[in-house]
Parts: sequence; C-alpha cells; structure tokens
Amino acid sequence: MRVFSIFSGLFSPILASLGELAMLAGDTFGSIARGRIRMGLTIRQIAEIGFGSQLVVVVTGAFTGAVFTAQAYFQFASLNMETAVGPVVTLAMFRELGPALTGLMVAGRVGAAMSAEIGTMKVTQQIDALRALAVNPVDYLVVPRALAMLISMPILVVECVGLGVLASYYVGVHVLGITGVYFVANVQKFTEGSDIMMSLIKGFVFGGLIVFISCREGLRAKDGAVGVGRATTATVVTSSLAILITNFFLTMALNILFPAGQR
Amino acid sequence: MIEPLIHVQNLVQRIGGQEILRGLNLDLFPGETLVLLGKSGGGKSVFLRHLIGLMRPVSGSIVFEGSEITTLKERELEPIRRKIGMLFQDGALFDSMNVFDNVAFPLRERGEHDPAVVREKVARSLAMVNMTGHEHKMPVNLSGGMRKRVALARAIISPPDVILYDEPTAGLDPIVSDSINRLIRRLQSQLRVTSLVVTHDMVSCNRVADRVALLHEGRIHFLGTTQQLRDAQDPIIRDFVDGRSGETVY
Ligand SMILES: Nc1ncnc2c1ncn2[C@@H]1O[C@H](COP(=O)(O)OP(=O)(O)OP(=O)(O)O)[C@@H](O)[C@H]1O
Ligand SMILES: [Mg+2]
Repeated sequence: MRVFSIFSGLFSPILASLGELAMLAGDTFGSIARGRIRMGLTIRQIAEIGFGSQLVVVVTGAFTGAVFTAQAYFQFASLNMETAVGPVVTLAMFRELGPALTGLMVAGRVGAAMSAEIGTMKVTQQIDALRALAVNPVDYLVVPRALAMLISMPILVVECVGLGVLASYYVGVHVLGITGVYFVANVQKFTEGSDIMMSLIKGFVFGGLIVFISCREGLRAKDGAVGVGRATTATVVTSSLAILITNFFLTMALNILFPAGQR
Repeated sequence: MIEPLIHVQNLVQRIGGQEILRGLNLDLFPGETLVLLGKSGGGKSVFLRHLIGLMRPVSGSIVFEGSEITTLKERELEPIRRKIGMLFQDGALFDSMNVFDNVAFPLRERGEHDPAVVREKVARSLAMVNMTGHEHKMPVNLSGGMRKRVALARAIISPPDVILYDEPTAGLDPIVSDSINRLIRRLQSQLRVTSLVVTHDMVSCNRVADRVALLHEGRIHFLGTTQQLRDAQDPIIRDFVDGRSGETVY
C-alpha cells in the first residue's frame, strides 16, 4: 500500500504532464489541419529557430565527428581496421549522435527562449490580452513555432550529420592518414537510405518534443519573473531527458523498420 | 422592459481559499454606461475577467445576448469576445510590438490587410487618446499613462458592442482624464456602445455614469444613479464617496 502510494505520487504528475502535452499537441495539429496557420509568423520562427541554430548545430556536429574519428582510429588502428572508421562514424552520426546532439543543442538554445518568451507573455497578461481579442493563443503562438520546429529540425539534423561526416573525412584522411578512396568507398558501401530516414524521423520527433514541452511550460508559467525562470529551467531539463529517453525507444522501434547491419 | 445585454446572476469565485465574489448579481442594459466602484482588492478586475470568459466562476451564471457563457469552451467564446472589448488595468500591451502594431493588431487579426486602411484607422484611434506621434515607440519605453492610452486605442479600434474599462483614467493627469471621459461618452452617444467602467475616480464616475454600482464584500452593495449615490446615507457608501478610511469616529 505504502509502495503503491509512493509510486502513484511519483507517476501521477508525470502522467498528467504527458496528458497535457498530448492535448497541446492535439490542439496544435487540429489547428494546422484546419488551416489556421499564420504564414508570416511561421516564416519568422523558421528564421529564428532554423536559421539561427545552424552555427551551434554545425559546430557540434563537426567536432563530434572529428573527435569520434580520432578515438575510433586509435582503437581500430591496433587491429589494422582503419578503413572501418568512416562507416562507423557515419552510421553513428546518422542513427544516434546527429539527432540526439542536435536535439539537445536546440532544446538549450531554442526551447529555453520559447518558454521564456511565452512565459513572460503569460505572467504579464499578454496571453489574456490575446484571448480577450478573440485570438487563440495556441493558434497564434504554438502553431507557428511547431511548424517551424518540425520543418527545421530534420534539416538541422542533416546539417549536423553532414558536417560530422566531412570533419570525420578530414581528420581521418588528412590528419590520421587513412586512404581517402577507401574511406569514401566504405562509407558509401555501408550507409543506406534507411540511415538517413532514421535521422530525419528522429529529428522530427525531437523537434515535436522540444516545441510542445517548451510551449506548455511557457503557457502555464505563473508567479512573475521567478516563475518564468522556473519554466525555462524545466523546459531544458525536461526536453533533454525526453530526448534521451525517447531516443532509446525510437532506436528500438525504428530498428524493426530499418534493421541495421543487414546487408 | 428592455432585456439586459449582460445578465449576471449569483456569481461566486474563490481563489486559494479566499472568497472574492460571493453571489454577485448585476444587469447591464444596451447602450448604458455603468460605473463599478469598490475598494482596492475587492474583486472588480476579477469580475471583469469573468465577463469575457478569461476566468470561470465556481458557480453562478453570466448570460450575454440570451446565451450562457460560463460553460462555453475556449474556442466557443471567440464570437462573444469579438463583441466585447476590454481595457486591462495595466494595459497588457504586446511588448514585442511597437505602438502602431499593438493598435493595428485587432484589425489585422480580423482580416484587414490593406496598409492604407490600417494606417488610417490606427491614426484615428491614437488621435482619440492623444497619442499621435508615438507610433514607433516600444511599450517598455512608454509611461504608465501612455501605455494605458495605447491599450485604450487598441480596445476601441474596431468598436465592439460592449467595452469593459478597468480604470481608464487611473494614473492620468486631469486634462487627459477629461478627454478619456469625453471619449467614453462619445462612443456611447455615437456608436451606442455599452460600457462597464471600473474606477476609483469620482470625477470620472460623475462624468460618464448613467448608473453606478458599488461592489462590497463580493456583492453589489448599491446600484443607482450618481445622484442617488451622492444622497445615500449608508455608512459604507458614504465612506467610499467621501473618501474616508472606514472606522470613522463621528
Ligand atoms: N490569479 C490570482 N491568484 C490569486 N489571487 C488573485 C488572483 N487574481 C486576483 N486575486 C485576488 O483577488 C482579489 C481581488 O483582486 P482584483 O484584482 O479583482 O481587485 P480590484 O478590485 O480590481 O482592485 P484594484 O482596484 O486595486 O484594481 C485580491 O485579493 C487578489 O489578491
Ligand atoms: Mg483591479
């Protein structure tokens, strides 16, 4: 009985949040389906989210690719398997590192800003002003951000992976002396459309997690500046954890659709 | 007998164990200007928020144009909110937009995208509140009274049937206050706007009111004309009208 109450105490808030997130997502997709889309705001958000995040994402991808290549090389060289470095790094970037790292960086950069902005609007009654002017806050605030995020994230993931692979090639071939032709041939041999698909799907899902978590935290902010700070922290922590946890389950599920190493 | 435009019955609201509205009854008739008085923290702003569905009462009913609004869902309230304008107590301007875009917001949201028309209407609305020439300032760079006037310009730009004013003249100098009082009057006489004006300003009250209501302990304690208010003998009303801090030693 005691154990049960501890468990329910722990899980019922989580279930409630999941329920609210699902409702917000449902409301948002409902509005999108009914065409309640503000193009101008969406484009501005794409510029903010997609364009503005490129630098961090690209730098993250490049240096992860580079350092991973170096480590893989040090390990594989002792087994005379240097040419495996390219495909290993490329597959890992496409399937795991690219989407997860992009998600974490975007959660920190964009998610935090979104919940701070919406949270400030909430505590200064600007959301109420929207409602009083017969403008639905989900349509006005969440829909453009969700569209922008769902469009931008897959592209950002591809940029992250792309730069990671380029950095890997540069470090592998020009710094560590792997033969360039082998590197490219092996990467081509072992990378498939399904790997790219997987990273796009993950990017899309992570984008959804970030945008709905941050908008929900912003929309329920209360108690002034402290509350906005709390919402921002909660956004970064929750969306980062959600990305890491979802990533595991997505990998397991997607591996059934696109099995790895079956060639 | 005219049907009331807004009919409030037995409205009860509790927030965090504090009983703010305790069975409030009030009718607002088409075309009239009703002034709502009441002490600070008495629940006037909370009451106004109920009238456009920003808050849901614990119990009681609000009927607008014959239909109950307290049970409507967020999206179902939109047609009603298009007919009711609200001036928030602290303006609630959108701080990411300049004055012009704030005032133009309701127009654009209602599908008016012709820049010439928008510019013309915004200019007219800003002129009505003596704010011409401040179009490009951001809300954070305005004084409190200026912010309030921009919010008023936003509330009246496409004149709704009903306007709820939360302290329209608080923090304004007597001259601007007077022009706001005239504006409220003009909207009533020219456009037949129905108004509910929350205020502490007895001058403004006397200038604009057709009827006056006094909110006390979560109920309407007094309802009548400004003359009846001045003549009232009830100590609660007298303290309020004469500006005494209660517990008077006679
Ligand atoms: N969101 C809220 N959470 C908790 N308490 C609230 C909330 N909104 C209002 N209150 C409380 O309700 C009471 C009435 O507040 P309200 O703002 O309606 O007063 P008011 O009559 O408008 O006062 P004033 O004339 O000073 O504007 C206050 O005690 C206030 O603390
Ligand atoms: Mg108030």
